[in-house]
Amino acid sequence: MANKSVSKTAGTKKSFVDRMGGQQFIVLIIVIVMFIFFSAMSPGFRKYTTVVSILDYSYYIALMAIGVTFPLLTGGVDLSIGTGLICYSLIGGLLVRQHGMPVAVGMIVTILIGVIFGIINGCLVALMDLPPFLATLCTCMITRGFGAFVVGGYGIPWPAAGQDGGWFRSIFKIQVGGQNIPIGFLWILLLVAIMSFVLNHTKMGRYTRAIGSNKEATRLSGVNVKFYHIMAYVICGLFAGLAAIAYSAIFATVQPGSGAGFEMDAIGGAIVGGVSMSGAVGNVTGTLIGVFVICLLKTGLPFIGLTANWQQIITGFVLIVAVLIDIFKRKKESGK
Amino acid sequence: MGEVILTMKGIDKSFPGVHALDHVDLEVRKGEVHALMGENGAGKSTLMKVLTGIYKKDSGTITYEGKEVEFHNTREAQDAGVVIVHQELNMLGHLTVAQNIFIGREFKKGIRIDDKKMNEEARKLFDRMHIDIDPKETMSKLTVGKQQMCEIAKAISHEAKVIIFDEPSAALTEAEIEELFKIIRDLRDQGLGIVYISHRMDEIKVITDRVTVMRDGAYVGTLITKDCTKDDIINMMVGRVIYEDPKTKNMTPKGSPVVLKVDHLNAGKMVQDVSFELHKGEVLGFSGLMGAGRTETMRALFGADPIESGDIYINGKKVTIKSPQDAVKHGIGYLSEDRKRFGIVVQKSVAENTTMADLDEFSNGPFINKKKEKKVAEKFVESLATKTPSVDQLVVNLSGGNQQKVVIAKWLTRNCDILIFDEPTRGIDVGAKNEIYKLMNRLAAEGKAIIMVSSEMTEILRMSDRIVVMCEGKKTGELDISEATQENIMNMATREIN
Ligand SMILES: Nc1ncnc2c1ncn2[C@@H]1O[C@H](COP(=O)(O)OP(=O)(O)OP(=O)(O)O)[C@@H](O)[C@H]1O
Ligand SMILES: [Mg+2]
Repeated sequence: MANKSVSKTAGTKKSFVDRMGGQQFIVLIIVIVMFIFFSAMSPGFRKYTTVVSILDYSYYIALMAIGVTFPLLTGGVDLSIGTGLICYSLIGGLLVRQHGMPVAVGMIVTILIGVIFGIINGCLVALMDLPPFLATLCTCMITRGFGAFVVGGYGIPWPAAGQDGGWFRSIFKIQVGGQNIPIGFLWILLLVAIMSFVLNHTKMGRYTRAIGSNKEATRLSGVNVKFYHIMAYVICGLFAGLAAIAYSAIFATVQPGSGAGFEMDAIGGAIVGGVSMSGAVGNVTGTLIGVFVICLLKTGLPFIGLTANWQQIITGFVLIVAVLIDIFKRKKESGK
Repeated sequence: MGEVILTMKGIDKSFPGVHALDHVDLEVRKGEVHALMGENGAGKSTLMKVLTGIYKKDSGTITYEGKEVEFHNTREAQDAGVVIVHQELNMLGHLTVAQNIFIGREFKKGIRIDDKKMNEEARKLFDRMHIDIDPKETMSKLTVGKQQMCEIAKAISHEAKVIIFDEPSAALTEAEIEELFKIIRDLRDQGLGIVYISHRMDEIKVITDRVTVMRDGAYVGTLITKDCTKDDIINMMVGRVIYEDPKTKNMTPKGSPVVLKVDHLNAGKMVQDVSFELHKGEVLGFSGLMGAGRTETMRALFGADPIESGDIYINGKKVTIKSPQDAVKHGIGYLSEDRKRFGIVVQKSVAENTTMADLDEFSNGPFINKKKEKKVAEKFVESLATKTPSVDQLVVNLSGGNQQKVVIAKWLTRNCDILIFDEPTRGIDVGAKNEIYKLMNRLAAEGKAIIMVSSEMTEILRMSDRIVVMCEGKKTGELDISEATQENIMNMATREIN
């Protein structure tokens, strides 16, 4: 008889919004509303070229954000992705520019260095028990200095379109009849689909969430927690490497010493998209949508006459709201 | 009882400052339920953790199915068929029931996890256990009792040959314990060896075949349950017989004033129109099944959850309680049932935890008076007989029962007039339980008013002057101790369920 009373309450009805994916759905609507708003406010915004430039701008942030979703889900964070991205791109670009290696080799090296730093971060956190914030803050500084050191302080231009090796820029953008086609977006969608699958239907993803939910319990269940914890950072590093490629392909030159703050756009996107700072809750589809909120703010605000300073202030407020929503949701869950 | 399946011999284990196990022996046969008993901190959990590879033993041998073994982690133990259901619940609140049960060994289709199959298998397990839980439900949405059942389902699903239950009943209602016993008897009849750790004497007599007793990390002896009495076991555990007699009449002084009056309190679904009075010097028991809304009522009263409507009067004056700070200001202290989450900071020392609720008392301006803190903490360690090498020990290293004593000490430092004890003796051994009972009686005699929420019927009958019974968020009865019996309390506790 006690059973009955519980199963009655167990089948809680889901609201329309929940069925549509909860926060993701709301954020998607916000993205659309923002787009309509900026289009209505500024004629310059509703041009095809603007859409392409927003997308251009979104690739490296989206890639970083997809990656950092994994450490976030374990309850950690990776602050090194921004400066890391620049560092990996500089080293890869240097090989191409000064050592005459093929662009493909430069790209592979770029990605590999990302993976290596992912392994380093993972080991610091999972094996040596450093707090993720601290560990990745350190690697953030290391990558920043290391990148600048390797190239000797000069910016590195990866081959431009039309130059020898410039083909790699067409991974993200091709020209058809004088028009730019942002095909990079398809790659992003494909990667989101793959990582979504990884997160929701494979052990890797399941254990990533499990670690964020209760690491000790996961360990006691016989899961190789250390390995999967490291892997979350390796995935993050891999995607920082991919982001480095996207960044190199979109921008003319890569400047040493830059990159600090990129990670905040990515982490912010993930949080706006519903990834919980305390782990376990969230999804890469949400992350992607959240990234577009950030990107629209960055690209849209100048069109209505607000300066870069205003962008930062407004983005900061948006993040506070997102985090508050996360906290509010958790409170509601724990306190029936 | 069949042949021997597991023998632990001369197991020794030390932690810094603590000799937790001192050459302990244990033998488990197929088809028996073997009780492992001992006071808080006797080393029961540690022994089982050594067995299942969570801790590494310093010396001794473990023989399992005729071969000497050493498991290096829970995985190896599980694969060999030795599974533990831990004292502290080990669940992943964000995952579903089925995902929890099969964590670490998911069914797969290629690289894809086959959630459908996992749900089906979980459903089969629950059918086998004759319980009704939805495998797709998120774990954190279940009651503590149901979560415990899931832990057990997880253990069973491992093709286990030996299952260890470390205080499985501490969080269960009487009805759920009945279910649990049915499941355990089933498993025993299938020829499994079962180790059962509990502090509840009645259960030991009902469910177990043999009892091994430990004291202070040492092996004391093994008895056949049906040939011994409760007193024999307690004697072995603590070396003396102790018993607090049940109360037969209300001990509150005649005409003692009402210190707390709760009038038509409403707070969510679990607290509907609850009214009661609490007198000075009284122990007011709150009885009911798990999920009856008792804890929720106390949390609302303490300002931990928002109140929707209703009035609270303290000493006749109407008060507004919006937060625990308000409650503490009005002299209310609350000992949470879930000490791990709300009661203590496990990574801090005994002394720091003891003084946490009343740090002002231990500070000179912004500076904490460490000396005074230490002295007071030591006083409580002594008066509650908390087993710890020193007050500087981290609470995480104490046994479950001793952690609870630290929580009690924490609130006693505050000198609150109204103390709410929510499941105060959950997971506490007979000796310590009795000390806590005595302490509560002493506090009541000193004029404090005490509310005691308890799911243990014997405890309610032993301690309360009056009893409030709740069911499904409503108050369903109020009794004086002189008219209370198990039957009429049970009747009231199930009144709303049909
Ligand atoms: N990781 C640890 N570090 C230091 N001391 C420990 C550790 N684990 C246990 N102990 C100590 O070992 C002793 C035995 O603890 P254990 O948890 O086995 O007791 P128990 O018999 O299970 O008690 P309870 O009935 O309260 O659960 C205690 O004194 C405890 O403080
Ligand atoms: Mg124990």
